[in-house]
Amino acid sequence: MNSLPLVAVAMSGGVDSSVAAALLLEQGYPLVGLMLRLWSEPGCEDNNRCCTPDAVAQARQVAAILGIPFYVIDSRDVFYSRIVGMFLEGHRVGITPNPCLACNQFIRWGFLLEYAKAMGASYLATGHYARLQKTSDGKIELLRGIDLEKDQSYVLSRLNQEQLSQTFLPLGNLEKKQVRAYASNIRLPVAERKDSQDLCFLGGANYRDFLKRHAPDLLQPGPILSSQGERLGTHEGLAFFTIGQRRGLGISSGKPLFVLEKDVSRNALIVGGGEELGRKELIAGQMNWISGMAPGKVFRGQVKIRYKARSVNATIFLIDHQKTRIKFDVALRDITPGQVAVIYNEDMVIGSGIIETSREAYI
Amino acid sequence: MMEQKKRIYLDYAASTPMDERVIQIMLPYFAQIFGNSSSVHFGGQAAEAAIEQARKTIAGLINADPEEIIFTSGGTESDNLAIKGVAFARRRDKGCNHLLISPVEHPAVLQSARQLSEVFGFEIEYLPVDSFGRVDPSEVAVRLRPDTALVSVIYGNNEIGTINDIASIGNLCRAKGIPFHTDAVQAAAHLPIDVVRESIDLLSIGSHKFYGPKGVGVLYVRKGIHILPMITGGAHENNLRAGTHNTPYIVGLAEAFRLTQTELAQRSACMTLIRDMLIKGVLEKVSGAHLTGHPSERLPNHASFVFEGVDGNTLLMMLDVAGFACSSGSACKSGTPKPSEVLLAIGLSPGLALGSLRVTLGVDTSEEDIQSFLGVLPSLVEKCRSLC
Repeated sequence: MNSLPLVAVAMSGGVDSSVAAALLLEQGYPLVGLMLRLWSEPGCEDNNRCCTPDAVAQARQVAAILGIPFYVIDSRDVFYSRIVGMFLEGHRVGITPNPCLACNQFIRWGFLLEYAKAMGASYLATGHYARLQKTSDGKIELLRGIDLEKDQSYVLSRLNQEQLSQTFLPLGNLEKKQVRAYASNIRLPVAERKDSQDLCFLGGANYRDFLKRHAPDLLQPGPILSSQGERLGTHEGLAFFTIGQRRGLGISSGKPLFVLEKDVSRNALIVGGGEELGRKELIAGQMNWISGMAPGKVFRGQVKIRYKARSVNATIFLIDHQKTRIKFDVALRDITPGQVAVIYNEDMVIGSGIIETSREAYI
Repeated sequence: MMEQKKRIYLDYAASTPMDERVIQIMLPYFAQIFGNSSSVHFGGQAAEAAIEQARKTIAGLINADPEEIIFTSGGTESDNLAIKGVAFARRRDKGCNHLLISPVEHPAVLQSARQLSEVFGFEIEYLPVDSFGRVDPSEVAVRLRPDTALVSVIYGNNEIGTINDIASIGNLCRAKGIPFHTDAVQAAAHLPIDVVRESIDLLSIGSHKFYGPKGVGVLYVRKGIHILPMITGGAHENNLRAGTHNTPYIVGLAEAFRLTQTELAQRSACMTLIRDMLIKGVLEKVSGAHLTGHPSERLPNHASFVFEGVDGNTLLMMLDVAGFACSSGSACKSGTPKPSEVLLAIGLSPGLALGSLRVTLGVDTSEEDIQSFLGVLPSLVEKCRSLC
């Protein structure tokens, strides 16, 4: 008789989620493997990084080796309306959203978690490299994975206590090489997709082409201006540029020019030299405090402004529960509105927010 | 390993466990009587004798002659050979180009006809069906043409269980001299079949639907009906289906079919009772549930439903986690379900058609199994609805 609760494992066919499942099985949990069928651009279904037919076949094979049932769940509609919709909307208002974090927040720990619970599961497990720790007062803390090279706490930073309390992250205390060794020990396939920065639903296409196809209204030509307001050229639409971008501006100048800012009100792309690029401060909104509340009105921490960015020392000023001003000790070159700023205290995720603006520090 | 709770199998229309008696009778033909049935030597003769005995057994059970029985790799191959084999022969011999089929055929028939149409220029005409999926024989009569190559109407429907009036359709076709094929892959497991009384020219059977091995089937082809072989090679099966005989499987098929047909009456009576209890229970306990297919003119082991506001695949997964193996008309493991063509053909909306469930019983299904199924189904349907 098995008294442990049923756990749903989000399986990708890759080594990480496969080993996560194997570890839980070893601990005696009854499991079901689940994979989301996400939305892909029509015609590009086979290139969706998260759920190619190959990935499905691989996950199915792993489930068979482990002896657990496996199901593919159609989430194309909810993914399109929430995630692709948000991506297009964000670009309409001049920001660069992060669909992967939103997918975790609303699809994996939303739609999929609800689905798993309806199936009778009590927990959702994934192969992310991050740790969860229960405090004495019953709160769940989110910590970086032991393997700092692989740490994925950043992508989980939008989850709340309710979501985290129903989550297992079996790989958080392991290093990648241990995971690989474990997999080959129990004869699991250790194939892995290439780590890609591309968004899954682009199916290998360039995001600018994708925007042109799905939101042709974003083709809104406007001026390219220097930070002094001098007109240097014309851009085809703000959405097709990112902060810090150098190539593809279509203007010749004596020195390399970078995108400094997108001025939505004037539909103007502001460019300047590399020396103008750094910003020391940002405003972040829609704050998600992992514990449920901010640690103080003003506090020190380390902040990551992109998944692959380094953590940078900063002072965090609470504007209100939903908003913070983050002042970095050093200037950063690519603070991008729409991306997520994650605040750490050493290994622990304190909270995260959506970057609204960046500016020069004035304090 | 996974918790070993009792799993209840309710998908006998998809496949059945092999009858132990069938396994036993097959065993000598793997390593002892293993010769090639075409060989001159004594080992080959022994295999050939077993195959010919199997042929006789099967022929006797459906009132055919042994030389009218062709062994194939299963129901799908039988359907392919019937549809394509007759179509090509009738085009060659008589210039026929017209295929008359029902829209509720198994994909093995439907896709064979479509390939003939799309690649080889045949014309497909679909017979109308009523809301139960039945073909009215008079609708066949008015559509028969001098250039009709073949009529094909499914005997017992795999998705919705409805049984067609095969004898009436057969008689009409026979009167006009048009070859009539029926896919009896489901029906052969549950109904007595008499190819003479029912005027059937070609009939497909697959062994794993009646507790025999997978990968073996039969096509009955009445004497005088010409077909073009689809698999060419040696002179096996009267030059109509080349390839070394799969002796153990053929022997197993014959024994499974013999057992099924001799035990038919008692099996059917028992399953019909449980089936009707199941149908009644589902319609009473689950809101927004509708029976698909005919209420009485249906396969004795077959119950099928659609549920309003339910994704059928989600329901299947939940039933599976709860320990019940069922099926749906839109069975899909890839996460991109499409509504079943059969359910659309009987007039259901695509949304409703996606909410289908097929529950099919077998000789091992007990009343208690169905009671425990009815115990979980209503709440699972509600959970599915909450996810939509």
